Amino acid sequence: MKQFAELVYTIGTSTKTNEKLQALQDYFATAPEKDMVWVIAVFTGRRPKRIVNSTFLKELCIDICNIPYWLFEECYHTVGDLGETIALLLPETEHVNEEEKTLSYYLEHFISILKEPDEVKKTFILDCWQQMDRNEKFVFNKLITGGFRIGVSQTIMVKALAKTKDVSPSVIAHRISGNWDPAITTADDLLSESSSTIDHSKPYPFYLSYAVEGEPADLGDINEWTAEWKWDGIRGQIIKRNNELFVWSRGEELVTEKFPEYSEFRADLPDGLVLDGEIICLDTSAGDGMVKPLPFAALQTRIGRKNISKKQLTEAPVGFIAYDILEYEGKDFRDEPFINRRKLLEQIIAGIHHPYLLISPTLQVIDWQQLHTQRATSREKGSEGLMLKRNNSPYLSGRKKGDWWKWKIDALTIDAVMIYAQKGHGRRSNLYTDYTFAVKDGDKLVSFAKAYSGLTDKEFAQVDAFVKRNSIEKFGPVRTVKPELVFELAFEGIAASNRHKSGVALRFPRISRWRKDKKADQINTLDDLKDILRMYNGANEH
Amino acid sequence: MPLIEFTDKGLYCPQGQFYIDPWKPVDRAVITHAHSDHARWGSKYYLCHHLTKPILQLRLGDNPYQTVEWNEPVMMNGVKISLHPAGHIIGSSQIRVEYGGEVWVVSGDYKTENDGISGAFEPVRCHTFITESTFGLPIYKWKPQPEIFDEIRNWVLANNASGKTSVLIAYSLGKAQRILKPLAETGLPIFLHGAVFNVHEALLNTGIHLPAAQRVQPTTTKGETQGNIVIAPSGADGSPWIKKFSPYNVGVCSGWMQVRGNTRRSNADAGFALSDHADWNGLLSAIKATGAQKVFATHGFQASFSRYLNEQGIEAAEVKTEYGNDEEETIAETEKHDTA
Repeated sequence: MKQFAELVYTIGTSTKTNEKLQALQDYFATAPEKDMVWVIAVFTGRRPKRIVNSTFLKELCIDICNIPYWLFEECYHTVGDLGETIALLLPETEHVNEEEKTLSYYLEHFISILKEPDEVKKTFILDCWQQMDRNEKFVFNKLITGGFRIGVSQTIMVKALAKTKDVSPSVIAHRISGNWDPAITTADDLLSESSSTIDHSKPYPFYLSYAVEGEPADLGDINEWTAEWKWDGIRGQIIKRNNELFVWSRGEELVTEKFPEYSEFRADLPDGLVLDGEIICLDTSAGDGMVKPLPFAALQTRIGRKNISKKQLTEAPVGFIAYDILEYEGKDFRDEPFINRRKLLEQIIAGIHHPYLLISPTLQVIDWQQLHTQRATSREKGSEGLMLKRNNSPYLSGRKKGDWWKWKIDALTIDAVMIYAQKGHGRRSNLYTDYTFAVKDGDKLVSFAKAYSGLTDKEFAQVDAFVKRNSIEKFGPVRTVKPELVFELAFEGIAASNRHKSGVALRFPRISRWRKDKKADQINTLDDLKDILRMYNGANEH
Repeated sequence: MPLIEFTDKGLYCPQGQFYIDPWKPVDRAVITHAHSDHARWGSKYYLCHHLTKPILQLRLGDNPYQTVEWNEPVMMNGVKISLHPAGHIIGSSQIRVEYGGEVWVVSGDYKTENDGISGAFEPVRCHTFITESTFGLPIYKWKPQPEIFDEIRNWVLANNASGKTSVLIAYSLGKAQRILKPLAETGLPIFLHGAVFNVHEALLNTGIHLPAAQRVQPTTTKGETQGNIVIAPSGADGSPWIKKFSPYNVGVCSGWMQVRGNTRRSNADAGFALSDHADWNGLLSAIKATGAQKVFATHGFQASFSRYLNEQGIEAAEVKTEYGNDEEETIAETEKHDTA
C-alpha cells in the first residue's frame, strides 16, 4: 500500500507528463501482479462497490477528532477533497505498522465485508487508520469514497503498461476497456499478447479529435477530406456480437439498458459489428432518413433515469447517428482507410433502414470557401460545427492530431455579473473559483448560470481576493458577493428549463473574458437571453 | 474606552495614542515584525525590536526608529508597552500593552515551535489577546521541524544526484533564513535571489550569524549553480529569471503546502509544509497560556476560529484587518531588484 500511496502522491503532485509516465512504469515493473490489476481497475473507474458512504466516513472522523460538525465542513470546503480532509484531521499515527499490506489486500477486504453490519466495517476502518501514515490514509479514504481522479489520463496509463509489457498501446487500450472484474482477472488475462479470454462486450478505444488550428484551408486539398456535421450528443459505440447488443458511452460506461430504442434494430444488425457514432435525441418529424437532432437538453432528461416514460419514447426518442465502422463480420476494420469504412457504413445503414439508426451525412463542397458558408448554418442543422476527417486515415486510439479535426462554430456569449462564489476542488482548493452569474431583469438580478473555468490562475487569484473582501452573506460554503464583477460567458447552446429561476439552461457555460471595462449596470438582460433562446431554438420548431 | 480599538487605520490605543502595525501612515506606529503587511510605509515614528530595524530600514528607508529589547518596557502617555518574542521570524514580537491594571497583548504573527533563529515564543499573561489565525483550522498540524528539514534535504540530494538544481521558494524574510542552516548541512553551495540576498546582508550586518550563501548575479553561470541550491521568493517562480537554472526542480516551503490542491496549483515539483505561523494546536495552546478572558481573532480563518473558541467557552470575536495580503508586494520587490 505504501508503494501505491507513493505512486498516487508522485502522480498527484508532478507537473510533468514524463515523470508521471516514469512513476507508473516503475510501479508496474515492481508491484505485485494482483496490485497491478487493481491499479488499472481503480484508475479506469472500476472500483469495488463502496463499503460505506461518505457520511459514514465523515461521522467516524468527527467522532475520533472530537470536533463540531460545522468545523469539519469548514475544513472540507477548504481542502476540497473529503478523503484528504479526513487524512489531515485524523490524529497522527504514533507507530506506523511495519507489516506491509498490499493494495489488493485492502480492496479485496472491502469486497468481503460489503454485506457485513456497520460495526464490522467501522472496526476495520479504524484499525486500518491506526496503522497508516497520512499519505496512506489519504489513499485509503479515496479508495473508499470513490472517484479516483488524480491526474492520470488513460493514455498515460496505457503507455506505461505498453512499455512495461512490451505490447502495443492499442492492444492494451482495447484489453483494459469494457467489462472485466479485477477481483477475478489476472494480469496475464488482461495484458499478455496471447491472452485468449474474450469479452464480447469490449468496445474499441475512441478516436478523439483536436480543434482545428488556424485556417482549415491549410489542411490542403479539400478532396482529401470528408466533412460531416458535428453532433452535440453523447459519443457512443454500438456493438453486436454473439447476437447480443452492447452500447458504450465515451466515458466507458455500458449504457445498453438506458436506450431501449436500440433494441428495436438489434435483429437487423449483422453480427460481429461495431459502430461509432452519436447517441442523440431525434426530431422524428424530420422525415425518412433525415437527420434532425433535438438540443442536448432533451437527452439530459434521459441520462441517469431508470424508468423511461412512454411520452419520452414517442416525443424525443434517442437515435444513433453513425459515422464510423470499427468492426465488421468480427474483423477489426480500424486500419482500413476512412473512405472505405464510410462506404461500408453507408451500405449497412441503408440496408437496415430504421428511423432510429441514421448515418451522419457528409457535406458536398468543392472548396474550403463553400465549407465556410455551410458551417455558418450549423446551428440551424442542430449541430455545433463540423468534423473534418482525412479520407485515407485509419481509426486511431485516443486524442491524436492530424487526421480528425473538429471545427466548431463560435460560441454564443452574454455579459453577466457574478453574484455567488464557492471554493473549488482539487488544485483550486481554498480558492473561490466556482461562480454563479446573473443577468438583469428590470431592477432585479436573476441567476442563470454557473461557470468554473476560463480564467487564468492569476485572474482567479484576483477574483478570490475580491470575493474575500466583498462578501455580503455566507450560506454554508456559498458566499453572496457584491454584484460588481462583470464577465462575458460563452456557451454552446441554450434551452428552456423550468428548473432554473431564469427559465433557461445553458450548455457548457464558461467564462470567456473578464469585462473589466464594464460596470454591473451594463450587463445583458433576461430578455436578451430569451431572444437568444428564441433564435437558437427556432430551428427546432416546426 | 477599550485599551485597543479597531480602526480603519489599524489597531489603535487611544490612551497611549499609538497604533500597532497600522496599514495607513500614522504619527506613532509600534511594529510587531518587518513583513510588509505589518510594517508599512509612511508613519512618522516606529517602535520595534532592535533586530527588526535593519529590515525596516531596508524596506521603508530612513525613518525615526526607536528600538527595544524583549521585555524592556517603554511608556507612552502612561501606557506601558513591552515586546515579547513571537517566534515568527527574526525580531518578531508580541506587543504587550498595560494601563490601569489592564493588559492586552497583540500577537502579530507567531509560531509556538522554536525554530532556533527567531527566538522562542513566550506566552504572556493578559486579559485580552488579539491573535492571528492564519492556519486556524484543525487540518493544519505541522510535522516537527527536523522531520521537514530531512525531507527538504533528501529532495535536494535527489535532485543533485540527477544533475538538477533545487530551487526553493521561500519568503525572503524569515523562511529563507530558516532553511539556510539545514541546507548548508548538505554541503552544497547555496545561491540567493536578490530579494533574499538583500535581507540576508542586512541581517549579517546586524550581527546575526547565518551560513554562507552568495547572490545570483547576471554573471553567475549555469556551471556554478547546477545541482546546487537556489533560494528565491514566490514572485520568481515561473519568471524568466528562474529559467536560467534549467534543469531544475521547484520546491515550495509554505504552510499552505499542507493541502495537496495548493501544491498542485503552485505547479511546484514538491511542497514542504514548513510554516512560520502557529498550527491549530499551537494557536490553541498559545491562547490557553495567556489566560485571556477575551480573544480577538484577526487575519486567517478568523470566523471559524473565533466560533470554535466561543464553543469552547472562551469569549472570542473576529476582527477584519488588512494583514495577510502581502504576496503581491513580494512580487513587486522581486521585480524591483532583479529585472537586470
